[in-house]
Amino acid sequence: MTGIAPVPSDGTASGGPGAPDLGELFRRSARGDESAFAAVYDATAARVHGLVLRVIRDPAQAEEVTQETFLEAWRIASRFDPDRGSALSWLLTLAHRRAVDRVRSAEAASRRDATYHDQSVTVAHDSTAEAATTAIETQRVRQAMRTLTDVQREAIELAYFGGYTHTEVATMLDLPVGTAKTRIRDGLIRLRDSLGVTA
Amino acid sequence: MSEIHALSGAYAVDALDPAERLLFEQHLATCADCRAEVDSLREAAAMLPETTLAEPPPALRERLLADISKVRPLPPVVETTPLPARETAPPAEVTSLDSRRRRLRPALVAAAAVAALIAGGVVASQPWNDDSGSQQTQLTAADRVLKDPDAQHVLKEFPDGATATVVHSEAEGKAVLLTSRMPSAPNGKVYELWLQKDGVMVPAGLMPDKADQTVLLSGDANDASAVGITVEPAGGSDKPTSAPIALFELEGA
Repeated sequence: MTGIAPVPSDGTASGGPGAPDLGELFRRSARGDESAFAAVYDATAARVHGLVLRVIRDPAQAEEVTQETFLEAWRIASRFDPDRGSALSWLLTLAHRRAVDRVRSAEAASRRDATYHDQSVTVAHDSTAEAATTAIETQRVRQAMRTLTDVQREAIELAYFGGYTHTEVATMLDLPVGTAKTRIRDGLIRLRDSLGVTA
Repeated sequence: MSEIHALSGAYAVDALDPAERLLFEQHLATCADCRAEVDSLREAAAMLPETTLAEPPPALRERLLADISKVRPLPPVVETTPLPARETAPPAEVTSLDSRRRRLRPALVAAAAVAALIAGGVVASQPWNDDSGSQQTQLTAADRVLKDPDAQHVLKEFPDGATATVVHSEAEGKAVLLTSRMPSAPNGKVYELWLQKDGVMVPAGLMPDKADQTVLLSGDANDASAVGITVEPAGGSDKPTSAPIALFELEGA
């Protein structure tokens, strides 16, 4: 996939080197500036939708959740607090929570049956197969993921992209109960330090 | 590091079950280290979608931009306090979350356990949780039950000093369980909550493994004659497999 806008600024928004960052676009959105929000959308839609689609898998439902996420982000833009992290992280947190809520409520009745284990195998092995892109940032993240141990990487992928709880992840990976949460945390810490991101 | 801190990573990627999430959010309200860690781990997790980019269809953009013109953005968070009236609310002003937390923290320590839990839940729900989520709904419902002046309180004391109180609000149709110094369930077991209706125990949720907690029971409490706690195999049961360790009789059912 090419033509993905870099975050935080975006050439199609107001253009040029003085283009406002995502946080500023959210602040303007909170004041009812629809064009600022359109710029937010253009800069982030591929990330939000890609995540939601990855978790939910069904394209029609994923589109619904992507749309709901952005609508909610518009509604609560004033609640974004730059002291607590980046605007992109805030938006993706909203998207992820919604996507996970959607799959968990949809699967609540059948969560404990054997089929989810079959799914987990798919999740664990096709994680890098999608969205072949040459973007530098993508390569950087993939590279960072490769620095994790296999268990850390699988645990994070099952939790983040699979939408499974840490106790479910423990079962899927045959880990002792209570250790998947540690693998997820250790893996995220390593990812964070390797990518040099800070809140 | 205490057990609860270890949940930060799973929390950052929404991998806690609802009871753990509630518990951890209460912890977050009073633990600056965990807040900072969660924020930084969310930043790390937010890099992962770089590997799954997918443009939505163009029609979605059109629908969304049409939709937002019909939705009013929420005002910024202004000072409101869920604490009892002796905590006089300052004039409405825009404050950052951190300054609100700094101001709330002494109150959290000083206030009664119930008030502290309510405040903790509310503080933790901003701003990372959108306020339409199920978690918020649950907090708000528990909050309303605990604040109902007409709610019925039934206290049980256990021989080892633990206490459990059921608060039943008829107006809300809900019951909340508050525990203090509750010992962990035996290995591989869990405490399950029940509403007794017409002599039948109906599952009302699992208790998180934590000494001090606030749990909203699922289901309508108004037609229940009692609330029960049993010890069940991990994951819970559809009907009790052992006698209740505590039974709280409710009035008026």
